[in-house]
Amino acid sequence: MTTLIEVPEAEPGIVAPKSKSKAGGGLGKYIVIRFFLIIPTVFILVTLVFFLMRVIGDPITAAQGGRLPPDVLAQRIHDAGYDRPVLIQYFEYLGQLITGNFGSTITDRRPVVEVLTTFGAATLELSINALIVALAVGIPFGLIAAQHRDKSSDAVLRFFAILCYATPVFFSGLLLKLTFSVWLGWFPVAGRASTRTELTMSTLGAPSGIYWLDALRSGNFAALGDVASHAVLPAVALGLLTAGVFLRLVRTNVIGTLGKDYIEAGRSRGVSEFRLVTKHAYKPALIPIITVMGLQIALMLGGAILTETTFEWKGLGYQLVQYLNARDFVAVQGIVVLLAIIVAVTNFIVDIIAALIDPRVRY
Amino acid sequence: MSTPSLTAPKQPLFFRLPVVSHLRKSVGLQRGMLVVGVVLSGLFLLTSIFAPLLAPYGYSQLSDASGSFPTQQAPGAKHLLGTTVGGYDVLSRVLWGSQTAVTVIIVSVAMSLFLGVALGLLSGYFGGWLDRILVVVADAIYAFPTLLLAIVISIVISRGQSSFWGGIFSCAFSITVVFVPQYFRVIRAETIRLKAEPFVESAKVLGASSLRIIGRHIFKNATRTLPLMFTLNASEAILTLAGLGFLGFGIEPTSAAEWGFDLNKALADTSSGIWWTGVFPGIAIVLTVLGLTLVGESINDLNDPRIRGRKRAGATKTPATPTASEAGKP
Repeated sequence: MTTLIEVPEAEPGIVAPKSKSKAGGGLGKYIVIRFFLIIPTVFILVTLVFFLMRVIGDPITAAQGGRLPPDVLAQRIHDAGYDRPVLIQYFEYLGQLITGNFGSTITDRRPVVEVLTTFGAATLELSINALIVALAVGIPFGLIAAQHRDKSSDAVLRFFAILCYATPVFFSGLLLKLTFSVWLGWFPVAGRASTRTELTMSTLGAPSGIYWLDALRSGNFAALGDVASHAVLPAVALGLLTAGVFLRLVRTNVIGTLGKDYIEAGRSRGVSEFRLVTKHAYKPALIPIITVMGLQIALMLGGAILTETTFEWKGLGYQLVQYLNARDFVAVQGIVVLLAIIVAVTNFIVDIIAALIDPRVRY
Repeated sequence: MSTPSLTAPKQPLFFRLPVVSHLRKSVGLQRGMLVVGVVLSGLFLLTSIFAPLLAPYGYSQLSDASGSFPTQQAPGAKHLLGTTVGGYDVLSRVLWGSQTAVTVIIVSVAMSLFLGVALGLLSGYFGGWLDRILVVVADAIYAFPTLLLAIVISIVISRGQSSFWGGIFSCAFSITVVFVPQYFRVIRAETIRLKAEPFVESAKVLGASSLRIIGRHIFKNATRTLPLMFTLNASEAILTLAGLGFLGFGIEPTSAAEWGFDLNKALADTSSGIWWTGVFPGIAIVLTVLGLTLVGESINDLNDPRIRGRKRAGATKTPATPTASEAGKP
């Protein structure tokens, strides 16, 4: 472990200066080093969360204290092993994590892994929808802003990007709900699907949990329409939050590449401005966007918690808030640790993709 | 920052202050953005200072001489922005809310500035195992969803709800934990860069102690980006505070007014078409964050000579490369 920590500054750009001497095998080595970097990251977060959650006392008192007589409570604490030294509990917890056991919730006694598999699909669906909205809004607008740099359309678009950032997702969600479902009645107010669709979904064999995928597979187009109409507002609310970031990124990077010599060369050969932006300047500008997309995963997960609460979208974030309100800290700890692992792994994948696209990252 | 030419006389202190100097060298659209930002932020600050005078009622006031306030009343003469489901006056809570927001910003930014700068200077200057550990820890925290971390910290500190100062500190502290890695990274990188500069070398040769080198030679040079980070983090602090409040981990309505909490309560109202309880606190958040972000953005642009617009007519369009601070910002 110590040697692992010594290698990196945890920034992909400078991870492998040693491999510079060797011409071949850079990618393989990079992937291995980058993979082992996940371990210290997750380890630190697990440790941090574990000790923070223990500072406030044992989880059973937190969840059920006051509702149970003291002797029953003490018995339960003893049974669960929460009266032993914290360090022993900590190492036991680490051991459980390695075997994939994230503990069971206190309030409804479900394994945390099961909570993830039940509600994770909904969060994944929301994130994908939102990402589509974010890219569909962010990239074209970013290109337009870059092409009309310092003109009024650029100013308007940049202001729009800042506005996207400045509006909390629960407020944009509230406004969308108010406008499009309460006043105009175009979309449903909350939820992932109407009760009837949810029932049909639950009868499906081997569901993926992602509703539109399940509806497509079973060829149920009424359900698909229902799912789609429920998905619009949450996706827009969460998508706009990240759309602003993408817009700015595309704009700055395209402006950067537009200043390059080869663009000037293209222009002198009579390539149209539109083609210059969409063909020549756009692709090299994509690389930093992919890298930053990895960082956006964390922001999106945070936003997903708020979006799910706003729209009663029953995903991981919604469930997390339920457990928080029930003071079920084992469940909270489990979900938080799981999310930490998801974020770390996604960042790893994104870094690998960036390295595949741009060989410079590896060296 | 303000043209340290050898011959130019030093300008008075006022003109060298961060925002003022930026305002003087800005032009056109960039000046417009900065002015709007400064005006919005100024309004926000003034509102928070004069909230007790501006607000018609107290933030937790439920009745006056003529009896109890009606609940969920539409905006009217007596309650300009209506009342909430709990019978609070919306306008008063929006105005008082600015005070809570300012307090949280000041406490959290002060704490994270102090911790982040100190750790960054030490880690960057001395290096070694302390540096490695701090970098790995900071990176781990940095990659984690800020809101989740803030939730965990606020549970630890206040178990969810609390009094005014308890709530303020739990919010501020959760925001601090999230921000320290950011300050740490920036200051550390600057420190490492400055450590190799000739003036640090010569100070060492002259026998200056490490403390003096860090405190005098590196600190002053490494902290030039702080005004920018301050404004951006202030806006993020407001969003985190509102997010915590919205999830029910904020400050109790009887101990202070908080916009996120009010939005949470307003969520149930929307389905019956009651808009005033949610729209006004929401607008307050947006305007405040907008103002602070505009100031930060403009400072960022103006600090970069490649992006900054020039005063002369026929300014050359200099090709801009994406700056690190702009590209990596969420």
